Amino acid sequence: MESTIISSKNFNAYFGANHVVKNVSIEIPQNNIIAVMGPSGCGKTTYLRCINRMHELIPGATTEGEMKLHKDNIYEMNPILVRLRIGMVFQRPNPFPNLSIYDNVIAGYKLNGMKLQRAERDNIVEGSLRKAALWNEVKDTLHKKGTFLSGGQQQRLCIARAIAMEPEVLLLDEPTSALDPISTASVEELLFDLKKNYTLVLVTHNMQQAARVSDKTAFFYLGELVEYDKTKEMFTNPKDNRTQSYITGRFS
Amino acid sequence: MKPIKGFSLKKVRAESAFKRTLVIMALVMIVIAAGIFLTLLVQSLPSIKALGGHYLSGKTWDPVSDIYGALPFLLGTLLTSFLALLISIPFSYAIAIYLGEYNPKGWLSGFLKNIVELVAAVPSVIYGFWALVVLVPMVRAIETKVGAAPYGVGILTASLVLAIMIIPYAASLGRELIRLVPSSLKEGAYSLGATRYEVLKNVTLPYTKSGLFAGLLLSLGRALGETMAVTMVIGNTNILPTSIFSPSNTMASVIANEFTEADRTVYLSALIELGLVLFLVTVVINLVGRMIIKRFTNE
Amino acid sequence: MMNPKLRYRLVKSKSVEWIIVLFAFLITVPLIAIIFFVLKTGISKISWHFFTNIPKPVGEAGGGIANALVGSLLIVLVAALIAVPIGILCGIYLSENKDSKLASYSRLAVDVLQGTPSIVTGIVIYFWLVKPLGTFSAVSGSVALAIMMLPIVIRSTEETLKLLPSSLKEAGLALGLPYHKVILRVVVPCGFSGILSGVMLSVARIAGETAPLLFTAFGNPYISTNVLKPMQSLPLLIFNYATSPYEEWHDLAWGASLILLIWVLLLNITTKLITRKWKVQL
Repeated sequence: MESTIISSKNFNAYFGANHVVKNVSIEIPQNNIIAVMGPSGCGKTTYLRCINRMHELIPGATTEGEMKLHKDNIYEMNPILVRLRIGMVFQRPNPFPNLSIYDNVIAGYKLNGMKLQRAERDNIVEGSLRKAALWNEVKDTLHKKGTFLSGGQQQRLCIARAIAMEPEVLLLDEPTSALDPISTASVEELLFDLKKNYTLVLVTHNMQQAARVSDKTAFFYLGELVEYDKTKEMFTNPKDNRTQSYITGRFS
Repeated sequence: MKPIKGFSLKKVRAESAFKRTLVIMALVMIVIAAGIFLTLLVQSLPSIKALGGHYLSGKTWDPVSDIYGALPFLLGTLLTSFLALLISIPFSYAIAIYLGEYNPKGWLSGFLKNIVELVAAVPSVIYGFWALVVLVPMVRAIETKVGAAPYGVGILTASLVLAIMIIPYAASLGRELIRLVPSSLKEGAYSLGATRYEVLKNVTLPYTKSGLFAGLLLSLGRALGETMAVTMVIGNTNILPTSIFSPSNTMASVIANEFTEADRTVYLSALIELGLVLFLVTVVINLVGRMIIKRFTNE
Repeated sequence: MMNPKLRYRLVKSKSVEWIIVLFAFLITVPLIAIIFFVLKTGISKISWHFFTNIPKPVGEAGGGIANALVGSLLIVLVAALIAVPIGILCGIYLSENKDSKLASYSRLAVDVLQGTPSIVTGIVIYFWLVKPLGTFSAVSGSVALAIMMLPIVIRSTEETLKLLPSSLKEAGLALGLPYHKVILRVVVPCGFSGILSGVMLSVARIAGETAPLLFTAFGNPYISTNVLKPMQSLPLLIFNYATSPYEEWHDLAWGASLILLIWVLLLNITTKLITRKWKVQL
């Protein structure tokens, strides 16, 4: 049996008086890819940002309910600790523009003041870039600025930067929405490989993507979790009418 | 579970210490600003108590006989500042219109922009020294021609040098504001066959009116508070000015000249009261100017 | 061919344009006149001797401005050491907490400081530092200048950081970096060129300030490096010697004016060059 890594129970999130995530309960099994999908404004991104406590950075944003990493309540841990264990990749690639490719990958260590031997550093950079399937493309230009890369490469650089910290969970917020189809394919392929070592939570508004890469899918609608099931099951035999309408394209 | 790298309580503590420091710095600004006002107020109290309302209306300033009437300085300040503003307007508006509307790009406007910035950069004491040696003889020649007493120094000389010094403020602000005029408005007028001048007169200037006025206020604020250049060429005379050729004194220049000589409490306090008035006037003018600009740019 | 009404309008438009161009470029006249005049009168006074000696008593020719050079550098340096960290941190607060009550009051205070005449700052520092310490001092002059620098540094920091995308900060925080590291090692470096230009412009502005030093640093005919004692500075020396009746002192003042003018203009020009070069590509 798979063990659960993240679980939320009756979890709510607000922007001021605006109730954007309503009473969501979910259990996320380890070493799986979980897709979170739904029409825009359904609270899927907000829910994702609650998992590593990025939501609360927005003025007026609050949460309520239980969110656990293994047995620990995330909202009782220090946010720094949470984010060290749960990495995140954003919708738009956001490499640090003032750092080289090499320094971008090692940024989590370097900017945090963690002392590493040179060889150790090189290892982490190479390993992370290999895992992110970017090594071959950038190994000769490691000391160029990361912003010179293409969009798809930048996004994989951001993935490398996140996995360099060896988090247990990786949150991905529509990581391919700003990318072209070829870059999208290479990122999706990468997600498959990453599953061996990490648990991935992928927010997407692209049903095909959810169907292609995920093991389980959660469908959000108007802030509620409508359905959560094995991906195959959900796409072939949805239990809820709203899911049915969504996957047959009746609202976007 | 593996141990978590890169996490320590020290970091958490440093984080909250940093946040606290930021708050303290924001508070420091409030403390300094309030402190300036309160210090001026408290130090002027002896003068306010001793002189009351006569202070502002009194025509005589004679510390030797312990008489302190600030009217000559109020008048001197207002005359020099407004005259300077009047002289500067055609130039600052011309620059603003040229850089904002007629030729916003191009090397020539880049050149003019740099010149304007350098005019703002020249230290006031150098303006004063130059005016003392170059402008004063010129004004003296004018005075001889029109039959006024040929002092050379005085309100006109101070206004001339002040005018040069304040042009950059109204000019660069005006340029920014003129650029904010939506091009759709101008294109509309052009498409109806309007000439450049008509677009300027009927579209650009009416649209930027309030902003340009605010630019004048900010320039006026600068002129009122400007000390060194004025002190060097105003003539330092504590009598009521009778014409624009009269030697005079402004609030700032009296303070500069007499502050370190003031040996009695009321004398010193009377000077500080000048500072208080100057502070209140310039701060109010500045805040009003900024408010207008904020409202203008938010629209 | 052209109807006379239209021709009249076009001529009018063209004439107004020429008048505006004329008035706009007239600003170059006083600037060139001043630079030319200071250069012409100042250049002959400048020699090695001028940099290494202190002013001679009245009646003796020669002498230099070593005391003012040393003093100016020290006073401005100390002012920058005070104002730059405070200003940058306050600017960070204002850009990070845009809508807080404290930020709006703090912004108002910065506006007030910006509008405060420099001579008034001088008076206030006289009561804050000179009187309690019992003597005029360089450090009190530095504090007065620092207060004048603050609004410029704060504004440029705030404006620069506001323009940076929030994704930058989120990237840092999501890596588990503590807030202060994100700000100091990610956000501030990305806005470095904007902040630096504000700092350099503020230094250029106070380097030529005289009024706030009159009742604080006060001036000193000898070389002094003790910041707790009165100290000479270039603008003070120019003011005192320019308004004196002695020809020899005028000469010193012209030489000093040239040095001060070069210093301030160079600061302005290098600010432009440097910030253009160091701009981070976002």
